[in-house]
Formats: sequence, C-alpha cells, structure tokens
Amino acid sequence: MSPLPFLTPRRRSRLAGIALNVAGKTLWMLLVLWGITLISFWVIHLAPGSPTDLETTLNPLAGEAARQRLEALYGLDRPLYVQYWDWLTRLLHFDFGNSMSADARPVLTKILERLPLTVGMNVTALVLTLLIAIPVGILSASRQNSLLDRTVTVLVFLGFAMPSFWLALLLMMFFGIDLQWLPISGLTSMDYASLSPWGKFCDLARHLALPILVYTVGGLAGMSRYMRACMLEVLRQDYILTARAKGLSPGAIIWRHALPNALLPVITLLGLSVPGLIGGSVIIESIFALPGLGQLFYTAVMARDYTMIMGNLVLGAVLTLAGNVLADVCYGLADPRIRSAREKN
Amino acid sequence: MPGGVAKPEGPLLALKDVSRAFGVRRGWLGEQRRLIAVDRVSLDVSAGESLGLVGESGCGKSTLGRLACGLLAPSSGQVLLEGRALPLAGARSWAAGRIQMVFQDPFSSLNPRMSARAAVAEPLAAQGVPRAEQRRRAEEMLATVGLDGLGGRYPHEFSGGQRQRIAVARALITRPEVVICDEPVSALDASVQAQVLNLLRDAQERFGPAYLFISHDLAVVGFMCRRILVMYLGQIVEEAAREQLFAGAAHPYSQALLASMPTGASRKEGELLPPPLEGELPSPLNPPPGCRFHPRCPKAVGICRREPPAWKELAPGWRARCHLA
Repeated sequence: MSPLPFLTPRRRSRLAGIALNVAGKTLWMLLVLWGITLISFWVIHLAPGSPTDLETTLNPLAGEAARQRLEALYGLDRPLYVQYWDWLTRLLHFDFGNSMSADARPVLTKILERLPLTVGMNVTALVLTLLIAIPVGILSASRQNSLLDRTVTVLVFLGFAMPSFWLALLLMMFFGIDLQWLPISGLTSMDYASLSPWGKFCDLARHLALPILVYTVGGLAGMSRYMRACMLEVLRQDYILTARAKGLSPGAIIWRHALPNALLPVITLLGLSVPGLIGGSVIIESIFALPGLGQLFYTAVMARDYTMIMGNLVLGAVLTLAGNVLADVCYGLADPRIRSAREKN
Repeated sequence: MPGGVAKPEGPLLALKDVSRAFGVRRGWLGEQRRLIAVDRVSLDVSAGESLGLVGESGCGKSTLGRLACGLLAPSSGQVLLEGRALPLAGARSWAAGRIQMVFQDPFSSLNPRMSARAAVAEPLAAQGVPRAEQRRRAEEMLATVGLDGLGGRYPHEFSGGQRQRIAVARALITRPEVVICDEPVSALDASVQAQVLNLLRDAQERFGPAYLFISHDLAVVGFMCRRILVMYLGQIVEEAAREQLFAGAAHPYSQALLASMPTGASRKEGELLPPPLEGELPSPLNPPPGCRFHPRCPKAVGICRREPPAWKELAPGWRARCHLA
C-alpha cells in the first residue's frame, strides 16, 4: 500500500515532487552554510591578534607563561582544523560556546538578549520605509517628471546623501535639546521600572523615535526609487493602455493592473533585507547609546572574540539563506508564471 | 453585410483635421522642439466598415490609432464619435466600451497576473455588470474566439496567436462600435496571422464593429479592408478603394509600397524585388518643405520641392496628395 491513499496518483506525485524539491533545497542550503562557516572561521583566525591580547600583550605584568596558559584554556594552541571541528560539532547541538571576553557568558544568551531591540527597531524602520516609499514611488511614477516627482526625488536623495551620524546629531540637537521633546540617548528613562505597562511602552517609543527616524530616512531613497522604476516599467506596458481604453478609472488601473506587477521585484528586495534586520548599525547604536547587536558584533571583532563573531556570522548566514527561500516562496505565491512552472516540474 | 455602402446618417467615427505634436528635448538643457506625429489628418469610419491605414514604421500610424480611441488628446482638430467630441478614455466617459483596441504585441498587452477570463471580463466590470454575468459572458466570448474552457489559464500559458485571440475577445466583449486594430498580426507567425485575420473577419460579421485597421503590411490591409488610407510622415497621402489601389495607385509612395510587396509570382532565378525607396523616412522633427515625400520620390519635379500638394480628387472615393497625380 502506498502512503496517503486518499490522494489521486497525480496529486500524490506532485506532492512528492514538492517534498523532493524542498529536501533538495534544504540540503543545498546546509552545504552553503557549512561553506560559509568554514571560510569565515579561517579568515577570522587569519586576522592578526588574538582574544588573549588584552590580558597578555597589552599587560606588562603578564609573561609568556601566562599567555600560553590562557591559550591552552581557550583551546587556541591546537591546530586550526581541530578548533574548527570542535566548534562545528558543538554547533550541531546548537551550542555556540562561551564568549571569549571577560564575562565568558554563553554567546547565544548574549545575542538573544540584544536581539529584540535590534530586530524591533529594524522591523519598525523597514515597515515605515515601505509605508512611505511605496506610495511615494507610485505617485512619482504616475506623474513622472512632474514637479512633485522632482521634488520627491531631490528630497529622498538628500536623505540618502546625508551621513546618518550627522542627521542623528542634528535631530538630537533639535528635538532633544532645543525643543526638549525627546530624550537624546539610551533605551529607557531612570524611572522606567516604576512605570505602568503603557507608560513603559511610551517611554521606549520616545527613546527609539529618533534612531528609527534616522534608519527610515536612510532607507527611503533606495526603496522609493526602486518602486518608481518598477512602476514605470509596468506603466509602459500595453495592458495599461488597454485598461485605459476599457474605461477603467486611473485608480483602478494603478491598483488592479500596475501595482501587483510592480510589487513583484520588491519581494526580492525584501527577501534580501532579512539579514539586515539583525545587522544593527554600529554608528547609530553608538550615537544613541543603544545596546544592540551592531555594538555587540563590533566589540567582538575588536576583541577578537572568535566564538562571539562566529555566532553572529552564523546567525547572519542563516537569515540570509532563509530570506532567499522566503523571497522564493513569496514570489511563487504571487506570480502565476512561476507558480505553474513549479507545478509542471 | 458589413462595410460597403455608406450609411446616410454620416460617419460613426470621424477625425477632422486632427494633429498631435509632442515636445521633444534633446539632452538635459536642450531646446524644446515640437515633433508633429500626426499632421492635419481627416478620416471617416462608417458603421460596420473596415478602414485600412498603411504606412512604414514611424509615420504616425499608432499615434493616430491612439487619438482615434481617446487614449491621446489631439493637439488640434476634433475626434467625433457619432458627431460628438470624443472625451479622453477613462471611467464614466459616455464613450467607454464603445471604442476598443487590439495592440500589436500580445506579450505586453495582457496583464501577466490576470487569468484570460479576468482579462476578458474586466471591461464589463468597468461598466458595472454583475460578477456572475461577467463570468458567463467572458466564457462565452472566449468560446467565440476558439479558446473554449481555457479561461482559468494565465497569459504565459498561451501562444502568441492565442494571446491575440484573448485580446480580440477582450476588445469585443463590450460590443464596441469601433475597434482600433494597431498592427494586430505583425508580431505573429504567418500561419497564425491568417487565423487571427479570419477571426477578426468572422467577428465583424457576427458583431458588426467597424475596424480601423492599422498595419505596415499592404497584403494584410488588402485582405481586411475595402477602403485604404496610405500615410506618410504624419499625413494621409492617398485614399482609395482596395481594388483601385492594387490596380494602380496614384501617389508615388503608394506605388513604391505596392512594388515592394512580395507577390510570389514566378520570378527568374536570382531576380530581386524592385529597388526599394531610397533613403530613410525623414525625421518628423523637421519635415522636408514642399511635398514631404519629394526627397525620396523618383518622379519629383521643381514644384514638389516648393509647394505642399493639396488633395486631388481622382474619382469618387479616390484622392491623392500629389502634384503629378
């Protein structure tokens, strides 16, 4: 007896095909992930310096013996392939090891406690960017070369060209010092613990408003120009002319015919931006004194905290691959051409 | 019988001295110049008739087609549907659904994300027909064009000819009085061209729309239309009945077009078609003075270089814009 007896042979074979496809893709992705870890592990150990530098080379009291003892403690005296094998087997149990910095806490814990802030900020900024950039792109495209289009173009490029740290400082000066509306740094106020849940939320929001604004302004230009280009490409197709000839209203043409087609390439862009969601900006996090992942990664690199760096890199690699698959899947759901081609395979 | 005798109550669609200019700017700070794509064109289309429009690419045929269905507004002159000025295409226009178009490229004229049925039904949605009714009529129309039961498929699953059938079904579903066919078969293989042309003829017999049939291919226009206009550089240069034109065109440009038609008549081994026209189509940005055709005309004389020719009536329904006709 075959499994799933309630399905017709044709549907069963199709399901089997999809399962096979997914299995193949997963295998391929694991292979890519393995390659990434191999190369990054090697490259990081190539960089001069080691996690023990702070305690040894820079410490006049520590001698060669202390260095050797520390290296043996961290396992750094063994050959690189042994270290890699050791790290890899632990990774297979989802054990990222302990940080090599002074606190020696588990890498995963350190990442997880900073993840919500970075992801939350990036997601909010991304959503805001989309909410602004997509309508702006549509408007610019549907009135190409109008005054509105040109004004918007100049504005978004100004936002893009402005260094984010400079914009951040200006905003802090204006909203934080001149107007005194918003706090200029940190994540919470002194009295945070005593606030009600709603009060806590408002306090967080006030602290994060400026950094999120800076992120959004930086992302706006790319996204809105991309949206505009996609929209223009679609608007010069003949089916848009036909839609007008049919007597559809301009709104219906944009919503039914142009936008769904113009949004397809944006899916790819979104898929590619998934890994960016954890890669906080060091600059912005430093200026606003926010304990995010960007800072964590930066200090880890500076201290040659190998386990911490590898933990971050693996997380980034996994998210990149996952973003690609996500974009793939969404594309398939959204585009009938790809949908049916898959079914045929 | 469609076509033939003109109805007494005047033309269905009339273009009166219609011109359309576009502003063209060369480079970033270049001066703005006017490109006159269509220059004082007048034509009439009677109910149920097929009017052909031939000319080489770049002569303004497609612009004329778009003017005739309200996708472009004329710079000067008037487009009249049943004597009323045609508004720009859009919702709530009284002319919506009465003039439809079929475009050249069946790969870009269908929305890739809409099923054939949805594409065909949409003009009805614009008219507020209930959903079930839309669906029924769309399936019916698809069956009429020979795509019975394929309404659920998407454009990429059809061949070029089938896509053009969908485009025809979409154009016909509102029972329009005029269909503007802008090079509807130029992108298709010869064998498929014939199918689509036959389909268009059958549809005319069945639903009775008038066609303004735009093509660069005289053979195709000759097959479809009894009356033919020849266009050159934005102007109509000759208007004649099909038989008249094929028997002996008056304008040298029409003659050149006819001569360049491969007839399939037995030619001697190695013999080539008669020499094509010399030179390229001049830029409409600065059309030549006098007769626009004179730089390429084998018969041009002094007056052709100085004075633009006026219409010359050669017989009822046959006229040409040539000093020598």
